[in-house]
Amino acid sequence: MNAPQSMSSDSWTVAGRTFTSRLIVGTGKYKSLEENAAAVEASGAEIVTVAVRRVNISDPSQPMLTDHIDPNKVTYLPNTAGCFTADDAIRTLRLAREAGGWNLVKLEVLGEAKTLYPDMRETLKATEVLVKEGFEPMVYCVDDPIAAKQLEEAGAIAIMPLGAPIGSGLGIQNRVTIRLIVEGAGVPVLVDAGVGTASDAAQAMELGCDGVLMNTAIAEAKDPVLMARAMKAAVESGRLAYLAGRMQKRRYADPSSPLAGLI
Amino acid sequence: MTGGLSIAAMLGELGLDARKVAVERNLEIVPRATLGEVAVAEGDAFEIVHFVGGG
Repeated sequence: MNAPQSMSSDSWTVAGRTFTSRLIVGTGKYKSLEENAAAVEASGAEIVTVAVRRVNISDPSQPMLTDHIDPNKVTYLPNTAGCFTADDAIRTLRLAREAGGWNLVKLEVLGEAKTLYPDMRETLKATEVLVKEGFEPMVYCVDDPIAAKQLEEAGAIAIMPLGAPIGSGLGIQNRVTIRLIVEGAGVPVLVDAGVGTASDAAQAMELGCDGVLMNTAIAEAKDPVLMARAMKAAVESGRLAYLAGRMQKRRYADPSSPLAGLI
Repeated sequence: MTGGLSIAAMLGELGLDARKVAVERNLEIVPRATLGEVAVAEGDAFEIVHFVGGG
């Protein structure tokens, strides 16, 4: 592994597209589309997740996300948030592909509303169908190294384990299993969900993840635009620390100043 | 909806920009390129979706 000379030379690739930002941000829960756009700008994110929903035909002139966040400048990653079966998720992504014209999508099949944990049986089923249909799914999943491998074998182009429940902001609760997934994966691994503040994002990157996806940590901060900046810095710091290779931990103190020549 | 109208014309009547939505008719995706050709028939069920903010 070579240390990058600058953050702009440290890139990662998914579905044949290369990105320099390792932060993916959601576009939900913002007070306004203006605030949302400002936060995306401050985060430096090159990919944003979006949802697919029915149009409001009673008010077709209401402002649209695409008017504020340009899909030609930022990659839209359609997500299946809210889908509880493989069939619903597949149907949603077929529509997303038609609306956006791209195959890069995020699959998320939820098991229950309380924890928003993924239903891995349905997730695997949906991944297989989507890959057959030519989609390139980045897949939200449990922090299980075996399940992650199975998704990869099924054709998932990125593995996205949760660090804590969606929207909880509890931070990375599963450092051991995230690391095991990273070590075993042949595709990019991104922590999806659980980040609450900047140090959580740095921690995910220090574990060797290729990126981090977050929404609520930015959208529900008192100052979302400032938090977006913080997250950008944290992801870059964590990435650099991972590349630098941290020191070994010691059980006791070890002085930093030389003992020789001590008066 | 009046018979014989194309889906593109229906979207126009609803005030929707066909370039920003996807249409499903009776659970089948209608490819964007054919929106102008496919006629709306009596009893058709449509889903019209677009991208909104989400996580």
